[in-house]
Amino acid sequence: MNYWDKHMECIDREALHNIQLKRLTETVKRVYTGVPYYRSKMQELGIIPEDIKELDDLKRLPFTTKQSLRDNYPYGLFTVPLSEIVRIHASSGTTGKPTVVGYTKYDIGIWSEVMARALVAGGGNKDSFVQVSYGYGLFTGGLGFHYGAERIGASVIPISSGNTRRQIQLMIDFGTTLLACTPSYALYIAETMEEMGIDKTQLKLRSGIFGAEPWSENMRKEIESKLNIKAYDIYGISEIIGPGVAFECECQNGMHINEDHFLPEIIDPDTGEVLEEGKYGELVFTTITKEGLPLIRYRTRDITALHYDRCDCGRTLVKMEKIIGRTDDMIVIRGVNVFPSQIESVLLEMGDVEPHYQLIVDRVNNLDVLEVLVEVSERIFSDEVKRLEQLENKLTRAIEDTLGISVKVRLVEPKTIERSEGKAKRIIDKRIF
Amino acid sequence: MYVKQISVFLENRSGRLAEVTNVLGNNGIDISALSIADTTDFGILRLIVNKPDLALRVLKENGFTVSATDVIAISVEDKPGGLAKVLNILHRCNISVEYMYAFVGKITNEALVILKVEDVDRTMDVLRENNVKILSPEEVYSL
Repeated sequence: MNYWDKHMECIDREALHNIQLKRLTETVKRVYTGVPYYRSKMQELGIIPEDIKELDDLKRLPFTTKQSLRDNYPYGLFTVPLSEIVRIHASSGTTGKPTVVGYTKYDIGIWSEVMARALVAGGGNKDSFVQVSYGYGLFTGGLGFHYGAERIGASVIPISSGNTRRQIQLMIDFGTTLLACTPSYALYIAETMEEMGIDKTQLKLRSGIFGAEPWSENMRKEIESKLNIKAYDIYGISEIIGPGVAFECECQNGMHINEDHFLPEIIDPDTGEVLEEGKYGELVFTTITKEGLPLIRYRTRDITALHYDRCDCGRTLVKMEKIIGRTDDMIVIRGVNVFPSQIESVLLEMGDVEPHYQLIVDRVNNLDVLEVLVEVSERIFSDEVKRLEQLENKLTRAIEDTLGISVKVRLVEPKTIERSEGKAKRIIDKRIF
Repeated sequence: MYVKQISVFLENRSGRLAEVTNVLGNNGIDISALSIADTTDFGILRLIVNKPDLALRVLKENGFTVSATDVIAISVEDKPGGLAKVLNILHRCNISVEYMYAFVGKITNEALVILKVEDVDRTMDVLRENNVKILSPEEVYSL
């Protein structure tokens, strides 16, 4: 079993709680005195830093959102003088102003440490050749991996993304052992290798760490077999630090959160109430060591669940599941939270339906009704009514089992589901509130 | 060679049937028999046309979900009991008819029927042994 920081990764939970509490109270004091935004938010709720006496008091603190960052664009939430900031990263800002994050020298150190843990758990060591094929620049992916790989003493190949044929050639020539990129790019590399007539045995690649976008277990299997490697997941968002917030170990059944730096909570996205272990809800993080831009209860809008049971790898750090959806996509039907991704996974599992679907929510006689439209592809089309009805029933049962509410499945003709810019419009909510 | 039937998936929306027939008409395709099976939500339009391969292609090009199915075309005496005679034969041989429908036009004193069964070859053998007249694809497409 390989660890970067065995002491912290396998720490006794009680000892961890003491560290977390100390760091949390310090962070709250710092933002209260240093950031007018947090001070006024806390004053509105009538709390002062001294009220935070236990980890459980975390839930008394106000939430921070992407909007908070936008409202304070660019540097309004920074806690240190700008002269202390050594690095700026930013999100692409496709839906408005970009989100800006700043790091002090100490923050870059934390980031390198958490990434070092991820890289070692993902098969890296000082003898590794780490090819960083994430983009370098304002995006945190490239530089996050870069600093982590240097921290463990590996040889870093900072190739960034693009020019795939050259990537593959250098992978062979330089003897890359660990590939870091998005999972879709990993698959693209594998396909390009096939086109170039290069066999996976020509590579020295042993593992890959793939993140920055959602991917399925099927995709993992495909990457692992096509590149003959072990494929690890990693989670991160730039607001919290970038890649390395959570990482997968060799057990490949969830990502360990670096809890000594980032305190996780799962909340009900509607009520803000903290949910118990194992329940799906919105992932919320409080950074407890960062200097430049500490964030209190930052709502990631990612949906997942936490598991505290001990992992076979020996790490005691809590595990989060793969992200199953975004709160932006969530709809509440008869009090039940429904994510389009749940329906998509049912359709994919059934295997015989194109995942072209649409959810129509309506209210009939004061009762919410959910209709799921599924496009009939040539593969599943039968000229017999009973076969199509059987398919409808099978889909209805599978979706009801997953969601826990009754649905009506309706088969529709291909291309009837509205597509805007290539993306299908997944939800039509006709209810009037 | 079997008679090829074209099946089209249709949502129960007004105008869809007209669109299918427009596509066929614009491509010079003649319909000689048709039937619609429907539920509350959708329907399946089954067609016998003079150019099945072309029909399949142009309907696909126009975004319809289409498939081709092998069916049997038979001719029965156009008089009371004519169809019953054939169905009795099939029943005795344990062949169940999944669906059937009749032709729009007809030959003098003969009614033409399309049969869909699970085992096309066996059914054709049974029909032949019992002297039921089976129409060849060429005969059907030229009707």
